[in-house]
Amino acid sequence: MKVAVVVFPGSNCDRDMYHVLTDVFHLDAEYCWHEKELPKNIDAVILPGGFSYGDRLRAGVIAAHSPIIRDVKKMAEKGIPILGVCNGFQILVESGLLPGVLLKNESLNFMCEWTNLIVENNKTPFTNQFKLDEKIPIPIANGEGRYYADDETMKTLKKKNQIVFRYSEVVNGSADRIAGVCNEDGNVVGMMPHPERAVESDINPIDNKPSSLIFESLMAKMGVGK
Amino acid sequence: MSLEDQELAELKSKIGRDPTPTELQIVAAEWSEHCSYKSSKRHLKMLPMDGPLVINEKGYDSGVLDVGDGYVVTAHIESHNHPSAVEPYGGAATGVGGVIRDILSAGTRPIAIFDGLRFGDIEKDLQARWLFKNAVTGIADYGNCLGIPTIGGEVEFDECYKNYALVDVAALGFGKKENLIKNHAKKGDVVVLMGGSTGRDGIGGSQFASDSLESEDRSAVQIPDPFIEKLIIEAVLQARNDGLIHAMKDLGGGGLSCAISETADALGIGIEMDVDKVHTRESDMTPDEIMVSESQERMLIVTSKTKLKKLEDICKKFRIGCSVIGLVKFGNLVHIKKGKKTVARLSADVVANATLLDLPSKEPSYLKTIESEKKFKPVSDYSKLMMTLLASPNIASKIWVYGQYDHEVGIRTVVKPGTDASVLRLDNGKYLSAKIDGNPKQCYINPREGAIGCFEEACRNVVCTGAKPIGMLDHLQFGNPKDPEIFWTFLESLKGLTDFAKFFKIPCVGGKVSLYNETPAGPIKPTPVIGVIGLIDKKPSVPQKISTGDCLLIVGDTKNELGGSEYFEYVHKFVGGKCPRVDFEDSKKHMKSVLDIIDKNLIKSAHDCSKGGLAVAVSEICMTNQIGCRVSLDKVPGEKLDVDRILFSESHSRYLLSFDKKNISMIEDILKKNKVSFKQIGQFGGGQIQFENDSKLIIDLDLKKAHESWLHALPNLVLHGKKTT
Repeated sequence: MKVAVVVFPGSNCDRDMYHVLTDVFHLDAEYCWHEKELPKNIDAVILPGGFSYGDRLRAGVIAAHSPIIRDVKKMAEKGIPILGVCNGFQILVESGLLPGVLLKNESLNFMCEWTNLIVENNKTPFTNQFKLDEKIPIPIANGEGRYYADDETMKTLKKKNQIVFRYSEVVNGSADRIAGVCNEDGNVVGMMPHPERAVESDINPIDNKPSSLIFESLMAKMGVGK
Repeated sequence: MSLEDQELAELKSKIGRDPTPTELQIVAAEWSEHCSYKSSKRHLKMLPMDGPLVINEKGYDSGVLDVGDGYVVTAHIESHNHPSAVEPYGGAATGVGGVIRDILSAGTRPIAIFDGLRFGDIEKDLQARWLFKNAVTGIADYGNCLGIPTIGGEVEFDECYKNYALVDVAALGFGKKENLIKNHAKKGDVVVLMGGSTGRDGIGGSQFASDSLESEDRSAVQIPDPFIEKLIIEAVLQARNDGLIHAMKDLGGGGLSCAISETADALGIGIEMDVDKVHTRESDMTPDEIMVSESQERMLIVTSKTKLKKLEDICKKFRIGCSVIGLVKFGNLVHIKKGKKTVARLSADVVANATLLDLPSKEPSYLKTIESEKKFKPVSDYSKLMMTLLASPNIASKIWVYGQYDHEVGIRTVVKPGTDASVLRLDNGKYLSAKIDGNPKQCYINPREGAIGCFEEACRNVVCTGAKPIGMLDHLQFGNPKDPEIFWTFLESLKGLTDFAKFFKIPCVGGKVSLYNETPAGPIKPTPVIGVIGLIDKKPSVPQKISTGDCLLIVGDTKNELGGSEYFEYVHKFVGGKCPRVDFEDSKKHMKSVLDIIDKNLIKSAHDCSKGGLAVAVSEICMTNQIGCRVSLDKVPGEKLDVDRILFSESHSRYLLSFDKKNISMIEDILKKNKVSFKQIGQFGGGQIQFENDSKLIIDLDLKKAHESWLHALPNLVLHGKKTT
C-alpha cells in the first residue's frame, strides 16, 4: 500500500511523518507537493502538521484552497482513509471535509506538552485496533487547537459517533474536550495531537504502544501485516 | 551613525581619495563593532579553536564538528540585544532567524534552538515584564513556525538589565559531511540574492547595536517573517542536494555591504553588483539604503551560470525571490553600481578588515572590596525562606516559557527541556546534548572565576546526561569597551574561558562578542554566556524515575562561596562575597567519575548543583520526580559551615546522584578510585522535602505545596502580577 504525505509551503512535520511511515512501519510513502495532483495509486492520504502559509489569516485556511485539496476531496468521497494531524486537521476543517473549527487555545499561547487521549470511536481506519476508552499518551503542539462547533453540529457529532478522541482532562478549552473528529463516513479523521511524535520508545517517555495503534489500524484496514 | 574622524582619515588614506556617500555607508556598517569585532578580535585568538573533531573551512558562519559515520554537527550563537530592548517581539524573533541562517549557510539543516533571556527585576518592573513576555512570544512564533525545536536555554532577572534585554540564541545543525558547502567561486560565476525583499527595516542596525542604547531607533529594528525563512531553508537544502551552491552567506548585520565584502574577502574574489537588480519592498530606495538594509530572511548564493536555471526553478517552486545581482570578477574589488553608474568601488580587503584596536584596560576599583562580606540577620524560619526562594523568578520553574516552544518537532528530542540539558538523537545512532549557561551575578564579583563557572556549569549539565563535552560556544556581552574598567572585565573573562578550554581540550567552535550593552543608567554586568555541546555514543540511561528507598549522594565539596548567590542577592539583598572558584583538577576528576558511573548504568539521575545551591537542587529533584527526601546537612562534605551556607552555597563541580541502594558500593568504588570527595547525604521517600542538621529538622516542606508554588510562580507574576510567597 502507498501513503501520500501532502506537503504545503510551511508544513514542518512532513519529514517526521514520512520517517514514521517508512522507517518504523515500513510502508511505502510519497511526498506530494500541494500544487501537483495526487498520484492515482494512493491508498491513504496524510496531511501532516506545521504552519502552512505561516498560519496567515487563520491556521489552515489558505492551504485549504491549494490545488491538491480537490484531489483530497475526491479521495474522501471514494472512502479512502485520510488523516489530518495538527495543521493537517486545521486544513481539513477549513476545506469543509470535517465539521467545526479550531480556535486559539484558552491560554492564548502556543502549548507544547504531553497529554492523554481517550479513544471514543474505534471504527475508523485509524482507530480500529483500539478498545473503546483506551488511553493514549501523546504530545500536543499548537496555538490554535481548541475545537469548537455550534450546538447543532455538536449534536450531530455525538449522534453519528464522529468524536474520535477526547482529552482525558481539560487541556485547552476544547468543546467537550474534543481532540479529534471524523466525517460521517468515518474515513476522514482529524486530530490535534501528534501520533508521529509518540510511536518510538526513544522519544516517548511514557508508552509508545498506544500511538502505534493509530498506524497499525491503518495497516489492518489495508490488510498489511506488521 | 557613521565613521569616527580618525577612521574616515584612515579610509581616505587607504583608498587615496574621498569616499562616495555609498562607500561611506558600506564602510561604516562593516567597520562597526558589531561586524568588525575591532575591539575584541586580536584577543579572541587566545581561545583554542582546533581539535580532532573540528572542521575548519573558509567563510563559515558556524562551527563544524565531526560526529562520526560521515555526519557533522554545526553550532552557532548570536544575540539580538539592542533590537529586543526596543521591540522585544521582533527583536527576539529575528535573533532566532539570524542564527538559523548561519547554520543553514554551512549546508546543514537546523535541528535545535536554545535561548538565553535576561531582563530587569520582573517583580517590580512592569517594563521588564513586558519585555520578557513579548520576547518569549517572539521566539515561540518564529521557532515554532520553522519547525525547529527550542530545546533549552535559561531565563534570568537582574536589576542591571533594567530597560534593557539580553536575548541570546544558539542553534545546532546536522548533516552529512559530504554535503557541507565548500565555499569557492570563480570568475564568471553569478551572485544571487535569495529570499525576502529588501526594505527599509533594519537600516543601520549594526551601527545601532554598536553604541549604547539611548534612543529607541525603531527603523533600525528588523521585521520577522518566519514563513519566508522556512521556505528559504527548504529551498537552500534542495539546492544543496542538487549541488547548485558554490558559496553561500546569510545576510545579517550590515546587510548586503557585509555579505558582499566578506564573501569577496574570504574567497579572494572581486564582486560587481547592481543595486537595481535587488528585489526591493519599496520602489524608491537609494543605493545606500539597499546596501545597508538589514531586512531579514535573505541569503547570498554564488553559483555558476549553468546551474542558475535550476536554482531559479527551486525558488519558483517555493515562491521566493531570486535575483541575480552580480558577477564574480578577478581581483578583489567590491564594485557596486546602480545601472551603469558606479556608486562604490573599494578593495574587499579594506572593507572587510577594519583596523583592530588595542584598547587599554584597568582593574575596576569596585573589585578590591567586593569579595568581603558583611554580617547578616539570622534566618528564623528556613522552611518559609525556602518557599520564597522556590517561587522567586530566577529559581521558579520555567515551564511557562519552554511550554510555549515546540520542543518535540523533528522527533529527535529524547530528553525534554526542564532537566539539566536536553538530548537529541542523531541519525548515526549517537546522541547530542547541549546547554547554555550564564551567571552575571558571579561574573560581576569576579569576571574571571565567574566566566569559568559558567563554562563549568554548562559542562556539568551536559555531563549529567552522560555526554562528554566536545565543543563550546562563547558569547561575550559587556558594556562600552572604551571604558578601560569594562574592557578589563572582558579580558579577564576571556582569559578564564581560555584557560578552562585549554585544560579540558574543549575547542571553541563559535562565538560572538556583543559590546556597548548600556543604557543611560549604566552598563550591564559582565555577561558571558557559554554553550557546551556533548556527545553520547549510546542511548542515554538517565534520567529514570526515582522511587522510595533510593539514595542521594553528593559529589564535590561545599565551600564558603556565596558571592553572587541567590541567597545573598535575593534573600539578603547583598551584592558581594566570595565568588565560587572552579578547581580544574577536581572538576576533571568529578566529570570523569560521573560519566563513568552513568556509562555503567549505576544511577537513575544526575543533577548539578548551581543556582540556589544544594537546597534548591535537592528540591528540584524531588519536585520533578514527585517524591520526598530527607537530607542530613552534617554529612555534606567540605569545610565546617553554618547551615545556611551549606544549604545555599553555589560552589562548583558538585553533582547530586540518585540511585538504587544496591549500587552504592560500585558507585563508591569509582569515586574512591578517582579520589573524589563525596558522601551519601539522603534517602528518597514520603511527601516531605526535609533537611536536618545533627538530627534537628531545619527545613520541612510539603512536596505538593512546594511543587505548586514553584510551577506557577512565574506565570502568576507575568500574567497576573501576583507574587507567590
